[in-house]
Amino acid sequence: MSADDPITYVTVEVAGQLFGINIGRVREVFALERLTRVPLSPAEIAGVLNLRGRIVTAIDMRVRLGLSPKTIDEHTMAVGVDHKGEALALIVDRVGDVLALTASDREAKPATLDPRWAAVAEGVHRLDGQLMLILDVERAVDSATLAQAA
Amino acid sequence: MDELLRDFLTETAENLDQVDVELVRFEQEPANDKILGNIFRLVHTVKGTCGFLGLGRLEALAHAAETLMGEFRSGAMATPDAVTLILAAIDRIKEILADLEKAGTEPAGDDLDLIAELERVAIEVSKPKTAVDPTLGRELRPGEVPLDELERAFRETPGPDIAIAAPRPAAVAEAPALKLVEPEAAKPAAAAPALADEPRGGEVTLAGQTIRVGVDTLDRLMNMVSELVLTRNQLLDTVRRRGESEFGPSLQRLNHVTAELQEGVMKTRMQPIGAAWRALPRLVRDLSSDLGKKIELVTEGADTELDRQVLDLIKDPLTHMVRNCADHGLETPAERVAAGKSETGVIRLSAYHQGGCIIVEIADDGRGLDVERIKKKAVANGLATEADVEKMSDAQVHRFIFAPGFSTAAAVTSVSGRGVGMDVVRANIELIGGAVDLRSTAGKGSAVVIRIPLTLAIVSALMVTADGETFAIPQLSVLELVRTRRGGDHVIERIGDTSLLRLRDRLLPLVRLRDLLGLATQDADAAEDVFVVISQVGDDIFGIVVDDVLHTEEIVVKPMASRLNHIALFSGTTILGDGSVILILDPNGVAAAAGPATHREAAAEEAGSGFDDRADIVPLLLFRAGSAAPKAVPLALVTRLEMIEVDTIEATGGRMLVQYRGGLMPLVPAGEGVALKSAGAQPLLVFSDEGRSVGLVVDEIIDIVDHRMEITIGSISAGVLGTSVVAGHATEIVDVAYYLTLAFEDWLRRTDRPSERNDQPAVLLVDDSSFFRNMLTPVLTAAGFRVTAAASGGEALRLLRDGRGFDVIVTDIEMPEMDGFAFAAAVRAEGLAAHRPILALSSLTAESVVERAREEGFSDYVAKFDRPRLVASLETLAPRWRSAA
Repeated sequence: MSADDPITYVTVEVAGQLFGINIGRVREVFALERLTRVPLSPAEIAGVLNLRGRIVTAIDMRVRLGLSPKTIDEHTMAVGVDHKGEALALIVDRVGDVLALTASDREAKPATLDPRWAAVAEGVHRLDGQLMLILDVERAVDSATLAQAA
Repeated sequence: MDELLRDFLTETAENLDQVDVELVRFEQEPANDKILGNIFRLVHTVKGTCGFLGLGRLEALAHAAETLMGEFRSGAMATPDAVTLILAAIDRIKEILADLEKAGTEPAGDDLDLIAELERVAIEVSKPKTAVDPTLGRELRPGEVPLDELERAFRETPGPDIAIAAPRPAAVAEAPALKLVEPEAAKPAAAAPALADEPRGGEVTLAGQTIRVGVDTLDRLMNMVSELVLTRNQLLDTVRRRGESEFGPSLQRLNHVTAELQEGVMKTRMQPIGAAWRALPRLVRDLSSDLGKKIELVTEGADTELDRQVLDLIKDPLTHMVRNCADHGLETPAERVAAGKSETGVIRLSAYHQGGCIIVEIADDGRGLDVERIKKKAVANGLATEADVEKMSDAQVHRFIFAPGFSTAAAVTSVSGRGVGMDVVRANIELIGGAVDLRSTAGKGSAVVIRIPLTLAIVSALMVTADGETFAIPQLSVLELVRTRRGGDHVIERIGDTSLLRLRDRLLPLVRLRDLLGLATQDADAAEDVFVVISQVGDDIFGIVVDDVLHTEEIVVKPMASRLNHIALFSGTTILGDGSVILILDPNGVAAAAGPATHREAAAEEAGSGFDDRADIVPLLLFRAGSAAPKAVPLALVTRLEMIEVDTIEATGGRMLVQYRGGLMPLVPAGEGVALKSAGAQPLLVFSDEGRSVGLVVDEIIDIVDHRMEITIGSISAGVLGTSVVAGHATEIVDVAYYLTLAFEDWLRRTDRPSERNDQPAVLLVDDSSFFRNMLTPVLTAAGFRVTAAASGGEALRLLRDGRGFDVIVTDIEMPEMDGFAFAAAVRAEGLAAHRPILALSSLTAESVVERAREEGFSDYVAKFDRPRLVASLETLAPRWRSAA
């Protein structure tokens, strides 16, 4: 793959920051309905839900990034990803457009980035008027990284 | 790999397992032609198929083995050596097959050593020729026999009614790929397929009877059915909410069909447990010759079916335990004869259904577990200290067997001690929601009892709620439901942080689901009006307090997400009819999380001792009265805990009284310096017996703790039995009897004047502990018995020899010098009891001890702190009318 081939990202917003998730990793985007909270679970686990017969574990990205938990209602959006054979959902504030960006435009993470944000970002794209962090899905959902961040 | 080859491998593996079993049987019944015929057919099939697939090495080996078996068929004696040789050949075939499975081709090398040996023995056994087969009437040459013999056998055996396909030499190619009859079906009785066996290979397709289906296919089907069940539940739920609907009848039908489908698919996954036992006869035979022991394997209930997933998981533990029985459990023939047993030891495997579970028992009639050796080993391995093990009951010592890395064989033999221990067995069984228990009687044998669930996929569960969330509790561990309400029949009592429920004279610890899960706590009023799910885990019974109970439902268990399965309280998730996800509570986890009061074993393990010492542990009620130092009384003695308004207490003639349950109850301060509160609620401990109650006035009720009952410092003041260190504080153990006499002067004095009350049955109470004598004397006196206490078996015997008559004897089991069993034996030997019942009293409630007590002729067995049962038992054994008459 050449550096000029475009990569398609699904953009999401968490606490005002734009993130891009490689569309190849996205299973689906859906509105959270009937989330079952799991007592005694780590804080970033918002709960579990049934998505067409599959049990999906929902991770609150705000908590994951060290912010206060999101108030979840039926309009709350989530991005479904698969990780090690299990279905996960990343709870975000808003799902935005799908963007195709070339890898050559990608820049390294700024050194000044908050370490909790840096931990889940693999790079940055400069868009019109704002920065888009490329979300490293593996690190974002990995329980080991979760433990470190916590 | 070639599909033909794969089928050959699966089929041959099954056939060979079958050969193992049949050969061992044949050795025991050499005259049984049927068995021999079976073996012959199986080996022949292997040989034939190998030849067809061009597996030369296998074919040659099978041929040589077949030749030797041919000699048996023509009447040669089946010597153990010859059978061992055939078994060795089978083993070699298995090895080659294993390589074949990995590599897809036969491994290089030859088996001339074995083949030569097989042929040599074949010639050797054919020589005597004492019994020439009458139908054959001529000598046999090695290698020639099978073909002739076999065909003859086919012709001569009566055929079944069903049509038998004609021999089809051309059809061999499809034979292995097409069918086959499951080994179970092909067992001796079903020799039918064998009849049509054709010299060059395959078996006949009994079309439609059985087909081979991949396990994946079944698993997938099972998943689909699980989903179907969920969808059906959703539909039912929707229609239920809408009320009348035209979908009603068809949905009803769908409901039935789904249920039947579910049952049917479950059935396809069921296999008889005998499938897991198939390798055992061979194993036992080998062990028997390796160890020089005579062993008989008895199996019962081999057709008990269980889910194949479960079956796979218990296969290895079973093998391990049979190995253990043979190696550690059974004695050598000489030892057995010396012990007055028959030379042959018996290993008994049995399986049966019991309440949604399968019970598998592996028992032997060997020497039983060597308690002393286990103790030594436990100390050597640092599992417990010497002081600890000395205090333990046999049952507790037995449990060390399950500790990691424990092996009892004095010398680690090649048979056992291979690093897989009973700890692994237990772990494997617990993994699938089962439980393992152990029984052992010295000199009589030991038994391991395994309880396993029928299936893992679908369970019946009770739906409960806490703080608006729904949770499922597997029905298997639910004993009953109790509704508590202020002023109702059942009330939650609270001491310190501990909640308790008194249910039919049992005091059960409670755990609030809300607290356990860190959910919001209820306000005080609502917390009184709740449901208690009485659950049992192992021997522990406890109550789970929930807000509400909804209904029961068959749920499909889905595993917890990996990042959540560290939460021990949940065993999985499930999707309800309305599509919502709920969590399934794991009763084991709840019991463990509930703390020492409900799960003492877990507490003991955390403390590093790794054993269960609950038998010595007594729940104590801690309270403050008069001084800052805590006081304690065994919880079992306390009938109720009450808070009464100080205003309602009346003082008359220097005594305090209170209106209580329709009568006047005297109140006694529990120690010097205890004063009534000036206003508000006054805590009381209420003791009741025979309709009389006494309230002990205390300053404050602190807590309930589990404590090993040891009195370290003797009593110096009235009303105190002694001092014990409880939860790090020196605590006075209160002499309840003393306070009872303060309230009712005659409560105790009745014992002092037996002559005046000789219409009451006389009880001889034997207990080495003054604490228990002092505790039980008032209890029994209050219940209307004349009690004479003796501090040892010797003292009790002296009383009996002096001619003191007693209606019933109550004796402690664990006593120094002469224990309860020895005492009872002495009483009977001297004819002192004259048919008087003897009742055993013990803090050990292990089943083995209870059983032993029954065997030793005790009339009943009561746990030390089970006061109501003791009284009830005494009233049955020595009813008042008997003495009065």
